[in-house]
Amino acid sequence: MQIIKPEEVLSEYHPPLTDHEAVVEANRCLYCYDAPCTHACPTHIDIPRFIKKIATGNLVGSARTILESNLMGATCARVCPVEELCEGACVLGAEHKPIMIGRLQRYATDYVYEHGIDVFKPGAPTGKKVAVIGAGPAGLTCAGELAKLGHSVTVFEKRELPNGLSTYGIIVLREPVEVALAEAEMVRRLGVEIKTQMELGRNLSWEEVRNNFDAVFLSVGLGSVPQLGIPGEELIVDGLSYIETSKMNPQALQVGREVVVIGAGNTAVDCATIAKRLGAERVTMVYRRTDKEMTAYPHEYEFAKKEGIEFRFLTQPVEVLHEGGKITGLKCVRMQLGAPDASGRPAPEPVPGSEFVLPCDQVVKAIGQEKPAVAKLLGLETEKGFIKVNHEFETSLPGVYAGGDCIRAKGSASTVMAVQDGKLAAFAIHRRLVAGLEAAAD
Amino acid sequence: MADLSINFAGIKSPNPFWLASAPPTNSGAQIHRAFEYGWGGAVWKTIGAPVLNVSNRYGAWHYGGQKMLAINNVELISDRPLEVNLREIRDVKRHWPDRAVIVSAMVESTPEAWRDIILKIEDTGADGIELNYGCPHGMSERGMGSAVGQVPEYCQQITQWVMDVAKIPVIVKLTPNVASVVPPARAALAAGANALSLINTINSIIGIDLDTLEITPSIGGKGGHGGYAGPAVKPIALNLLSSLGVDPVVKQSGVPISGMGGISTWRDAAEFLLLGATSLQVCTAVMHYGYRIIEDLTDGLNAWMDAKGFKTIADVVGKSLPRISDFKDFDLSFRAVARINPDKCIQCNLCYVACNDTAHQCIDLVDASGNRVQPYSYDVRSNGKHEAVSTRPQPVVREDDCVGCRLCHNVCPVDGCIEMVELPSGRPSITWDELTKARPELATDWEAMKRYREEVGIEIH
Ligand SMILES: Cc1cc2nc3c(=O)[nH]c(=O)nc-3n(C[C@H](O)[C@H](O)[C@H](O)COP(=O)(O)OP(=O)(O)OC[C@H]3O[C@@H](n4cnc5c(N)ncnc54)[C@H](O)[C@@H]3O)c2cc1C
Ligand SMILES: Cc1cc2nc3c(=O)[nH]c(=O)nc-3n(C[C@H](O)[C@H](O)[C@H](O)COP(=O)(O)O)c2cc1C
Ligand code: SF4
Ligand code: SF4
Ligand code: SF4
Repeated sequence: MQIIKPEEVLSEYHPPLTDHEAVVEANRCLYCYDAPCTHACPTHIDIPRFIKKIATGNLVGSARTILESNLMGATCARVCPVEELCEGACVLGAEHKPIMIGRLQRYATDYVYEHGIDVFKPGAPTGKKVAVIGAGPAGLTCAGELAKLGHSVTVFEKRELPNGLSTYGIIVLREPVEVALAEAEMVRRLGVEIKTQMELGRNLSWEEVRNNFDAVFLSVGLGSVPQLGIPGEELIVDGLSYIETSKMNPQALQVGREVVVIGAGNTAVDCATIAKRLGAERVTMVYRRTDKEMTAYPHEYEFAKKEGIEFRFLTQPVEVLHEGGKITGLKCVRMQLGAPDASGRPAPEPVPGSEFVLPCDQVVKAIGQEKPAVAKLLGLETEKGFIKVNHEFETSLPGVYAGGDCIRAKGSASTVMAVQDGKLAAFAIHRRLVAGLEAAAD
Repeated sequence: MADLSINFAGIKSPNPFWLASAPPTNSGAQIHRAFEYGWGGAVWKTIGAPVLNVSNRYGAWHYGGQKMLAINNVELISDRPLEVNLREIRDVKRHWPDRAVIVSAMVESTPEAWRDIILKIEDTGADGIELNYGCPHGMSERGMGSAVGQVPEYCQQITQWVMDVAKIPVIVKLTPNVASVVPPARAALAAGANALSLINTINSIIGIDLDTLEITPSIGGKGGHGGYAGPAVKPIALNLLSSLGVDPVVKQSGVPISGMGGISTWRDAAEFLLLGATSLQVCTAVMHYGYRIIEDLTDGLNAWMDAKGFKTIADVVGKSLPRISDFKDFDLSFRAVARINPDKCIQCNLCYVACNDTAHQCIDLVDASGNRVQPYSYDVRSNGKHEAVSTRPQPVVREDDCVGCRLCHNVCPVDGCIEMVELPSGRPSITWDELTKARPELATDWEAMKRYREEVGIEIH
């Protein structure tokens, strides 16, 4: 039998660019003015500028250019759906290959992390205190930007390690855990205090936060995978914990021989990839609509197919079949597309009498995440279950701001969007606190 | 198939491509190999007085990820014993009767020394001799090389000594390290030289090592000027070549010119031919890629000549020389403006920034509804490729304001996207020479110039 080493089969997919590759690629960039790649990047990194600096051998300057716009530049370099963002807009894409912006970004940011170079310093103290709830990309970015502006920031994080889904949710194939942790350390070195295993609503009270801080930023992300409500569901593995185990303790991950993954988003692709790489003979993704409606990016779908993952569209699970606590199959019903539903997409409807069984011994569900519970806890106004914010990222409670996945009522949730929220919210909080300072001085 | 063969002052070669006197022609074994690849001739690495070379001889200039756009060297002439070189020259010529074997020489400035070397060279059966009046380093300190080439009187005197002895054709190789190559060229012709060649290397310091702060190349911590050659010197070589081509004395003498300096491709070769070179020499490109480049040099030149209907090299030589003229003879009324083809434009905005920052601010960014927009005018919350691409404005030239400087055309990365279009200026053709002959005050008086401009309707934005 072939022995599978998880640290090998799950290790980072793209090798780093060599110095030569990076310089050749950097020199291929046209150095566009008011470049479309920069416009397409949600954090608007000055891409031609950072690439030019790679071309000239100014790697510290290059990394600074990136991190000035995006403190989580090392994660984004790896996880951003660049095909839909910067690289998708590159002027060289029409006729030739676009510039490998993501991999160049990784080249520059890796350089400063590997050499232990800090490109920013904390600002002169303002005496103002801000609490950040949740140490994911949104929270860390907001905290880091505020620290650069001289505010004293404390981040409260319920989990053991900081950096949210970058640490626990993004498969190692795309980003090693160390990169996520290095980013959190960089924020720490800006003077931010990150208190882990502190959960708002459990061992941290809202009063405490409100009384001790001048402003609050909520960046709690989303919750766990919701219920499907089908018989036998207790035997289904939760996709997020599946991924988490693959990162934190891959040896302990139980992978079936025939695995069915429910859902067709990027998370489902990730779960299926892990199962396949860790030795599952057959991995099937089931989705109740068609490939046109699935939420995984086209390049992710292609990647999954290349990995040998099979797809069953127009298929809805209705029951997990099991014998003596062991899964034997997933009973499904065939679907057809009907009239558009509230989401504007054609609504899937079951085809009567079309039940069939997909034999399998493991079922993983990756059908999204639950809406943030904190909204209810604090009595915040919501929008489709997400925390509602105004143009300045302020919630219905004055002085309480929010950003990241927990406010993503529109648009797709991604790390880079969370970073941009965190950054813009930090500037909004800063404007508020500085106004306060000026008023005090008058 | 065009006929690429040449007869250069009596030296025949099956194609115009010769290896220049330099590292590629350092030994018999090398030239044997080069001829097997198809080189038409070779100018043997300069032989002459005894020398010793140093380590770290070549510096290089790299740019934009491209290696060796130019080389600089502090190499001397051949450091192999004279007798060995002579024996190998004889051997090569015996094996390759149809190829041009020319021997470059440089000795101390006495008639005896020159007489002695000429006789030895002729004894090998070589087809010609090239006098190296060009080395800018090392040899010049010993009164040779550019120390001769920079002083027309020395040029003439030494060439005279050589011509008194030589029975085979003599080529005088000129140095570019002068204000004008015409006086030394005329001096060589006055002494009866059969041909000229140019350019030798240009004085240069190629760069500094930013880690060690040493001059490149560093010879045990010291460095200095050396000879510059390679693709980057081509425009200088072309200019010097044309200055000989339009000189009445050189023209009248009818001597052929061997052109070199930055020839890397058949396209460069064609340009040298069009400006009056009959044979072409190549050094740096061979040092970069090896002898094998001869294949495309001949193949490409051949294809181009066929396409243009040139049957022989003589048909090409000097064809563009009649177009060389001076600023004073250019038509002041000629008007061209830039026009951007929106279908080809990839919207990199390089034309916009070039015109806006350093030309005449006459390219506008125009959105889909025809409004002028400022760069960087998108909302910080916008993102995604679709939005970036679909809202991107298009650069458009305001032709009335365009002065036709051609900067945008030069920076545009897309072939044929920005065309310089000739438009009627509405003014009769006139040159500066004609204008200032008729109205001399225009050359000295801004008020007069202003009146003239108003009169003919020249408006400068
Ligand atoms: C499996 C998976 C794969 C993904 N892959 C990609 C990808 O490839 N590319 C991409 O761009 N995006 C990807 N995403 C999305 C991306 O990870 C998120 O958009 C991003 O992490 C959001 O950042 P955030 O800071 O808003 O939230 P999170 O990263 O979720 O961070 C929220 C943090 O808040 C903490 N928290 C929650 N409640 C409390 C509380 N009450 N008290 C204290 N702390 C609390 C959490 O423990 C967590 O650390 C993926 C998501 C998933 C689930
Ligand atoms: C390393 C090196 C050594 C050279 N040695 C000589 C030489 O010995 N005699 C000579 O006449 N020219 C010498 N040259 C000059 C070349 O013959 C030629 O004139 C010059 O390099 C320009 O051509 P290129 O741009 O094709 O290299 C040398 C050039 C180089 C780069
Ligand atoms: S669009 Fe492409 S070529 Fe232009 S600056 Fe961006 S990466 Fe470079
Ligand atoms: S030709 Fe010169 S002035 Fe005219 S548009 Fe181009 S850059 Fe501007
Ligand atoms: S330089 Fe050329 S391709 Fe680029 S925007 Fe201008 S016209 Fe378009």
